[in-house]
Amino acid sequence: MKCVLRSENEYHVLELSGEIDLHFSPELRKQILGSLNEGKPLLIDMAEVSYIDSSGIASLVEGFQTAKSSDLAYGLLSISSPALQVLTLTRLDKVFSLYDDIEQFQSAI
Amino acid sequence: MESSNAIEIRDLVVDYGTRRILNEISFDIRQGEIMVIMGGSGAGKSTLLRCMLGLKSPTSGHIHMLGTDICHASREELYKLREQMGVAFQGGALFTSMSVAENIQLPLREHTDLDENTIQIMTRIKLDMVNLLPHENLMPSELSGGMTKRAALARAIIMDPKLLFFDEPSAGLDPITSAELDELIISLKESMNMTIVVVTHELESVFAIADRIAILGDGELIQVGTPEEIKASTDERVVNLLNRTPRESVVDGDQHLQRLTAE
Repeated sequence: MKCVLRSENEYHVLELSGEIDLHFSPELRKQILGSLNEGKPLLIDMAEVSYIDSSGIASLVEGFQTAKSSDLAYGLLSISSPALQVLTLTRLDKVFSLYDDIEQFQSAI
Repeated sequence: MESSNAIEIRDLVVDYGTRRILNEISFDIRQGEIMVIMGGSGAGKSTLLRCMLGLKSPTSGHIHMLGTDICHASREELYKLREQMGVAFQGGALFTSMSVAENIQLPLREHTDLDENTIQIMTRIKLDMVNLLPHENLMPSELSGGMTKRAALARAIIMDPKLLFFDEPSAGLDPITSAELDELIISLKESMNMTIVVVTHELESVFAIADRIAILGDGELIQVGTPEEIKASTDERVVNLLNRTPRESVVDGDQHLQRLTAE
């Protein structure tokens, strides 16, 4: 898994790629919570995610919960097909804010 | 071992004393498919499953699982392999002193150092997938048969295994619960890319979920094929199994009298 945090003026973008499984989800959780701790909205780019297991999904959920309680915008961008299948299976596609492009997220924050 | 295969079984023989339970069984289970192993009672299904789980050593032959020969693997290799396997036993095999949620969390607590929040959310995701979220605090003795099976499935998939083994998922369930479980098994294959091995003799379930079917009879592998190939089979034993035809045994009068009088 690769996990790169990019800082824009008003928000952060976390770019994920590869496989997110039990071994890498603690790092993902750390990055998500660390970014939100800086008090900026977070957009997670999932276009290059080839696999995500439920530990990775749990990290996304915890991030969403944290963002909500801090009143920060939190969204998932360009979700790859394998990741979307898992979100659909867990019915979280109806819970997260999903964006097709970055402009959509910008207008939402 | 071919990379497209998750499991390769070669020349598997299992004897219990002088009785041969499995005789020269060879077939492959491909990555990402649902393979249903079916056969009548005493066909050798459970013994084959026990061999695949590493719970029974065969008399001879090999089983390669995700590249590891489990018949000759070290303790460490088996431990590593088992982290990638989930098993839902027929009777549930839940720990009676633990709640449903505690049972499901157990593999995560034993095998990972995940944060407590992550463990709690993962548990609830899996409980929701099997429709048991409102019952997470119940004890196993408070569950119905269907709930026990669903709890066992949630525990089997909590680590998102590459290989899932499911022993008799539909046995004893009402048709709706059974159909829901079948749908969940198909979703797990499609969304999580799991290779799933189901042992069952529930015909309706077999044809609803199977990519391929392996049919055992009296310890022999009768046929492996797609549901269409199995339905079109002309093998008498396959036809009898699908038509639920009772086995006919030829009775020798003298021998039968001898058996009954123990002379």
